[in-house]
Amino acid sequence: MLDFLEGLGGATLRVLARLGLASRFFVTVLARTPGALRRPGLLIPQVHFAGVRSLAIIVVSGLFVGMVLAVQGYEVLQRFGSADSLGSLVALSLVRELGPVVAALLFAGRAGSAVTAEIGLMRATEQLAAMDMMAVDPVARIVAPRFLAAVVSLPILAAIFSSAGVLGAYLVGVELIGIDSGAFWSQMQASVDFRMDVLNGLFKALVFGVAAGLICVFEGYHAAPTAEGVSGATTRTVVISSLSVLTLDFILTVLMFRGLN
Amino acid sequence: MNRSKINIAVGLFVALGMAALVFMALKVGNLVSFDSGVGYRLEARFDNIGGLRVRAPVKSAGVVVGRIEAVYLDKDTYEAVAQLRIRPEYRFSNDTIAVILTSGLLGEQYLSLDAGGDSRYLADGERIIKTQSAMVLEKLIGQFLYNKAAESSGDRK
Repeated sequence: MLDFLEGLGGATLRVLARLGLASRFFVTVLARTPGALRRPGLLIPQVHFAGVRSLAIIVVSGLFVGMVLAVQGYEVLQRFGSADSLGSLVALSLVRELGPVVAALLFAGRAGSAVTAEIGLMRATEQLAAMDMMAVDPVARIVAPRFLAAVVSLPILAAIFSSAGVLGAYLVGVELIGIDSGAFWSQMQASVDFRMDVLNGLFKALVFGVAAGLICVFEGYHAAPTAEGVSGATTRTVVISSLSVLTLDFILTVLMFRGLN
Repeated sequence: MNRSKINIAVGLFVALGMAALVFMALKVGNLVSFDSGVGYRLEARFDNIGGLRVRAPVKSAGVVVGRIEAVYLDKDTYEAVAQLRIRPEYRFSNDTIAVILTSGLLGEQYLSLDAGGDSRYLADGERIIKTQSAMVLEKLIGQFLYNKAAESSGDRK
């Protein structure tokens, strides 16, 4: 019994210590972020890595998610004789939910894990310590640009994901299944509101960008300087980012859309 | 890749993001086709507005001419008040009739404006006097049953 209590207490203290470390690190990164904005030479290659090179996976996934939504949505809607509402079903689910969330999950898997591995390896090979020795702040030079790149890239990627999804749904719904193209677009425009749906969706993506960006730089910066440490940190980045994106999504959805009707 | 190529790629990426935003604003959303801030406001009172909601379309002869801006209950008369925003290019005569209809059997409810013949036009902030409330299916069925019962009891006499 005493052993169990001891284990429980130790685990709780470890979680609390980790959370405290993370919070302090987040404040440090946020304080260095304005400096990173003034140094585009550091920021732009990171946006290139996190954003531009994620384009292929985002566009292809968006197209396929849109096409699957069109097929599945049509199956259900035609039972109620309202296949014409396919446009609004697809656009609302993409713009409000799937665009920001799936883009963030893909981003955490593709770019977040790579950033963690990169910073973790820099820690393991003592490059970060060497920078410190040369009076170069590693948080300002390495961490802040990578964090900012995630914040900048994710809303853009989410917008591209949603647009690709709508185009995919158009291809399948209108060109393949044969829904009237006028009804498809007009139903969509009647139900999607630019401010309430599109801008709220992009705001979600911005929040996810902050969360995923902070988690991936934190895990990398505080990775144990061993091979196992770096691999464990990479895994934790993907798991924790995905879980926090989904949790944040639920909270934001309740705040944004519950008062609509 | 050298620096300028990276800059060009990032520039293209941001431009693509803006293009996606414009696409969502114009083609997916309805930012330009109807801006809710434009147009004049009318008011219509109903005994029952059924499922009419904010942002539902206002149509005349099937064409969308505006949207419902607000719905609330008058505290004194217990009437439902719907505020409509009508596009500035459409004018409606004083004796226009506002009817709440349903698109399709189970579709969304919208407000239909049937133009009248009066030469005076409704101005900003004025009220549409002639209105017809939403059809509530339960009441309709109840009325039908009541009439049936009255008929059959009349037959027995």
